Amino acid sequence: MSQPDAAPKACADAALQPIRRADGEPLFAEPWEAQVLALAVALQQAGAYTAQEWAEALGAAIRRAQAAGDPDDGSTYYQHVLSALERLVQEKRIASADLLAARKAAWVDAYEHTPHGKPVELRRA
Amino acid sequence: MSPHDHHHHDHGEPGLGEHHHIHSKLPSDPALRVKALESLLTEKGLVDPATIDAWVETYESKIGPRIGARVVARAWVDSEFKRRLLADATKTLDEIDLLGNQGQHMVAVENTPQLHNMVVCTLCSCYPLPLLGLPPSWYKSAPYRSRVVIDPRGVLKEFGVELPAETKIRVWDSTAEVRYLVVPQRPNGSDGMSEEQLAALVTRDSMIGTGLVSLT
Repeated sequence: MSQPDAAPKACADAALQPIRRADGEPLFAEPWEAQVLALAVALQQAGAYTAQEWAEALGAAIRRAQAAGDPDDGSTYYQHVLSALERLVQEKRIASADLLAARKAAWVDAYEHTPHGKPVELRRA
Repeated sequence: MSPHDHHHHDHGEPGLGEHHHIHSKLPSDPALRVKALESLLTEKGLVDPATIDAWVETYESKIGPRIGARVVARAWVDSEFKRRLLADATKTLDEIDLLGNQGQHMVAVENTPQLHNMVVCTLCSCYPLPLLGLPPSWYKSAPYRSRVVIDPRGVLKEFGVELPAETKIRVWDSTAEVRYLVVPQRPNGSDGMSEEQLAALVTRDSMIGTGLVSLT
């Protein structure tokens, strides 16, 4: 269900800024939230996509989530950043969905098969 | 796999060393997807992990390690607080409402002229987030995680820290359940300073044990 008059939360210049939460609340709930934002910034600076493309991808991710019932109250903002980045990486043919899924599975495998006392690292093929 | 063994490893106080199965918990789904993205993009040369870290650090500077610094400064000026902090950091931090409720056991360890403490998580990057913010990239890096255990003095040198030969070094291995805070030595010449002024001197690295606190 689309809401053409509902403006996406992201605009071009706000799209890469961290979200300011209410006073006293942490900027990021978990480290991955800061990391995914930093990745998005770095890829844009590397010229993988333009600020406009990023803003559109993030806006589209937020609209998809809203349509799927996401509260979109800020608490899920970085989920949208992550979805947008994954999709843009695929659209730009930087990495396919299969490659992303395989790499995630490799990390799961690395965590599950690393005994305590050893660093979690990907096994190189 | 790391070729190093960790038999020098000081796992700290008896009773806190129940490490088995602690790390079997997987990171969350989004955290794993971010790891997948970051590792792929790094391999393709599109992003530099150091740049990612610089951004993350900027984001975190608002909260960063300031809470930990306040705890350290308070320990320096209030000996009763320090006594309780070192005896039971979890309870003491809970009392003063500084620790985010993550259910982790906190242990505070004090640096002295005789003993220098350092913190690592050999497996991943367990870190006292509520006190210190996000961990720096070097803390998460395989070289730090493996080398600090084998050659802590050499690692310290790379951080620009040279300790007297007679100072013993103890390395504490963090887990998902037990996190460590180093209480660094109070710098000489800071006698007249207020708690706030002292807190401003306390660096993140000094609370991990890879730095010292100085007046400049």
